[in-house]
Amino acid sequence: MTALREDFREILRLVRPGSRVLDVGCGEGELLELLAREKDVEGQGLEISGEGVAACLAKGLSVVQGDGDRDLDYFPAKAFDYAILSKTLQQMREPRHVLNELLRIADQAVVSVPNFGHWRVRLALLTKGRMPETKALPDPWWSTPNIHLCTLRDFTTLCADLDLRIDACAALAQGKPARPIDPSRPIENWRAESALYLLSRRAPEAEPAPRTDLFG
Amino acid sequence: MTIAVEPPIAGKTNGGTMRFPSSKPLRLDSGATLAPLEIAYETYGELNADKSNAVLVCHALTGDQYAASVHPLTGKPGWWARVIGPGLPLDPARYFIIASNVIGGCMGSTGPASINPQTGEPYGLTFPMITIADMVRAQAMLVEALGVETLFAVVGGSMGGMHVQQWAADYPDRIANAVCIAAASRHSAQNIAFHEVGRQAIMADPDWRGGDYLRQGVRPEKGLAVARMAAHITYLSEPALQRKFGRELQRDGLSWGFDADFQVESYLRHQGTSFVDRFDANSYLYITRALDYFDLAGSYDGVLAQAFRKARHVRFCVLSFSSDWLYSTAESRDIVRALNAAGCRTSFVEIETDKGHDAFFLDEPQLDSALRGFLDSAAQARGLA
Repeated sequence: MTALREDFREILRLVRPGSRVLDVGCGEGELLELLAREKDVEGQGLEISGEGVAACLAKGLSVVQGDGDRDLDYFPAKAFDYAILSKTLQQMREPRHVLNELLRIADQAVVSVPNFGHWRVRLALLTKGRMPETKALPDPWWSTPNIHLCTLRDFTTLCADLDLRIDACAALAQGKPARPIDPSRPIENWRAESALYLLSRRAPEAEPAPRTDLFG
Repeated sequence: MTIAVEPPIAGKTNGGTMRFPSSKPLRLDSGATLAPLEIAYETYGELNADKSNAVLVCHALTGDQYAASVHPLTGKPGWWARVIGPGLPLDPARYFIIASNVIGGCMGSTGPASINPQTGEPYGLTFPMITIADMVRAQAMLVEALGVETLFAVVGGSMGGMHVQQWAADYPDRIANAVCIAAASRHSAQNIAFHEVGRQAIMADPDWRGGDYLRQGVRPEKGLAVARMAAHITYLSEPALQRKFGRELQRDGLSWGFDADFQVESYLRHQGTSFVDRFDANSYLYITRALDYFDLAGSYDGVLAQAFRKARHVRFCVLSFSSDWLYSTAESRDIVRALNAAGCRTSFVEIETDKGHDAFFLDEPQLDSALRGFLDSAAQARGLA
């Protein structure tokens, strides 16, 4: 068996057994299959490529061919315990909308993003003056699907803007075990090649109890 | 209830006509009842001891129960012989496959060409108006009479896909899996418009005789052929027609007249004339009307998801064809979104093909693999070998 992808290993660790999971951009369903087998998860996938969906069908997974940018709107609120978006937020046309939708559809979202603040990226831009091409971001600027790149700091700020709580965060690097981090620490914005976040929506501030009108 | 089953046809297929007496009428959406009722059907494979392997295959507008058996009138292989058979996605070694002729049809189920027992004459236009839900109600009666409580799957394309959706809405507890291919949850204005052209062609034929042609010993063959020609165009994509025929001529040079100069004309004329040999004009009127009346959300305050609310345990597979403009991918997506909104376990694939709506009958490896993948995994989950 090939080695488990580090982000999969981390997601497998985070997800509660028996939960309902939506995997947005599920590819050929490797993660959903793993979650079904190891955690008895009831999974639903969303995948843009027909080949990916066909492969998922053959694995017995429920997968809809569709586009994370457009089709999340049609899922009902709180339909899932987790919505997973693995390494694709930066390819979305409307990352803010997608994040909001994930946390409308599910109680928690698992989102992984490449870190444009990683030291290699910064160094490449500083020394070569060209758009960086790294292991996490291998494509030239003119063909990259990554249209909305961000740094850890950018992402953490966005979460705060959207009133999302970061329940857990881990730095990911190819071939290395996931490392739990505090994404707000500046050093992590240099060190992490990419990061995986577990997010939930902050409970709305409790409204002050209405004062009871003794006479009404 | 008394049921008479005709002796099975020799060979691997079984089937016959299920008769429901007047004491067991079919109640129709229009308020009328239909009795006695006959449903012609074919089956492939054997029902297992658990009765857990039954699959209902629902046919399209001009289809019939001969899904995988040689058609008695045309002598051609069944319309889904590519999918039903040994080693195929619907393998009779694994499943008990039921295919029935819809009510209103003309291949043995009670329809406008049947004899009205009250008059001893063909129903003609005295046949009651029927709906997709009525057809499904009759299918449910047949399935029950065959001793099947829960279908492993209900599978259908085009109108058959509408039956599948109606099953999910009306009999969710009696199905475990559902496959809806190249269908829509309602007829669009364009769908209705094309059907109206067909109906007008039939009714404009002097031999239609106000629907009374059978009694008068004639048939509106010209009108029915034109109806089929118009409809057939909607089953093909523009690129497929172009690839197949282009501007190719039948003979060298033009006729400078109105013979079939172009191959596409000759092809359509052939489609029309061969159709009248196997189809009844009034059946065509009634079934196209049932399709036009179909609007599943209409019975649920316009919210399609409500129709699927009780089907959350059903696994759905929705398939569309990229070049189908009769029931386009957008229509299938509406169904998928409603299923998602209802919280149903749903799979959906748009199959890339330039063959248009008819791709559903044709050699489409992606269709086969999607069907096979979905059904095989569902069968494993249900413990079917």
